[in-house]
Order: sequence, then structure tokens, then C-alpha cells
Amino acid sequence: MKAKEIAELLNGKIVGCQDSQEELTNAFSSDLMSDVLRLGGECSLLITGLCNIQTIRTAEMAMINTIVLARGKTADEEMIEHAIDNDITIIETEFSIFKASGILYNHGIKPMY
Amino acid sequence: MHYTFDIEKGNFTNAGNASGSVKKTLKQLNVDPSSIKRIVVALYEAEINAVAHAYGGKIDIDIDGDKIVMVVADQGPGIPNIELAMTEGYSTASQKVREMGFGAGMGLPNMKKNTDKLDIQTELGVGTTITMTVFLKN
Repeated sequence: MKAKEIAELLNGKIVGCQDSQEELTNAFSSDLMSDVLRLGGECSLLITGLCNIQTIRTAEMAMINTIVLARGKTADEEMIEHAIDNDITIIETEFSIFKASGILYNHGIKPMY
Repeated sequence: MHYTFDIEKGNFTNAGNASGSVKKTLKQLNVDPSSIKRIVVALYEAEINAVAHAYGGKIDIDIDGDKIVMVVADQGPGIPNIELAMTEGYSTASQKVREMGFGAGMGLPNMKKNTDKLDIQTELGVGTTITMTVFLKN
């Protein structure tokens, strides 16, 4: 699934990289970046309510190319710039982490574990 | 190749600069992605720890043909009990660090997990030097 399709399913808005054609297959939902950094294997999508520069940094180090910011959180300029520099797509949605995760799971996005 | 970065107390905006730079360099050197991830995750954990706990410090990175050595040396309170600090879930992180999404007591164990060699030298009231080595697979 592409980032654009995920944004549509979550009634969300893409900020940062607009033209990502990456195929997103699996996801991890967490507000705890320490847990994200412990993920083994490849993860394409992070669903989180944590909204600061370290959210983007964590995705950068964990090789995650798309972040869903849930609960109506919005990325600031610094986050967006850093995401663009690192080819990371940000999707903002009003949905909760639970709702966003459930919708994406129902549409075939696999869990990490 | 040698790179040096400064660590500034409490500056979470810059925490990750060293890891991000190393990631770009390793990609240019065609290091395999799984090794890059291990290296930058370990270094990022060390950066976050140093920014969170120390008063300042320095990161030295050396990359040669078959390995990367990362030395994170800080001036800070030191680690009173390394064995305890290596225990998953043990944390002395501040509320601010937790608000940034860290401080779950996973940092040092994750550095160990993602490196081939981890050496910790610490002195109370003076500081801590963490040396991490990862052998590269090109």
C-alpha cells in the first residue's frame, strides 16, 4: 500500500515527502521511541502520538520511511524539514492510534510481531 | 575516516546529528543496510543517553575497511552500578527525557544488542566513556 492510500483510509493529510512510491507492508504502533529502536527486521510504518523531532530521528535510525501522527498531532517546520531531508513521509490524522491501527490492519498492513 | 561531534547537555534538537551523519556516510560506502541500522541505532541510543545525563562531551567515529569504532565520552555523573544500568527497564531518566519518548531503560541493553563489542568505562562525578565496535559486511 502506498502512503497516499494510507492517508485516504485515515482521512489524513500527507506532509513532507509528497511523492513517496514506497510499498508499505507492515507497521508498529508506539509512543515509546525506545521500543521502536528495539525493532528487529524491517518496518515500513510507525503509528504514534508522540510528536517531536526525536520521532523523526527515531524513524530515520530505525529505517522507517512513513510516520502516521495520530490523535490530531501536527508536525512542526523542523520535523517536516528533517523528514524531507531523510525521505520520510508524515501522515497526520485525527484518528486515535487504536483506530488508525485497526483500519490499516483490516486493509492488509501486517503487524511487526 | 575520522569524524568528531560535540555533545551538548540537554540539547535534544541536535541529538541524533552524529548518528544521522554516520548513516549517510555508511550508505555512501555501500555498507549493507542491516549493519547500518545496527550501527546508527546503537550510536543514537548513546547520543540520547549522553544528552540526557551528561554535562557535555564528544563523539569520535573511526571507520576503516572492516569495522567502525564509536567512542562516546562524556563529562557527567558517571554510572553508579553498570550491572543495574544494563538491566532492561532500569532507568534514571528525567521526566523531560520520558516526554521525548525515551527513558524506558532500554538504551544500554540496546547498544549491547546492536554492537559486536561494547566497553563502558565510568567514574562517579567525572564521566563515562562508551566504546562500541561493529564489524562491517560490505
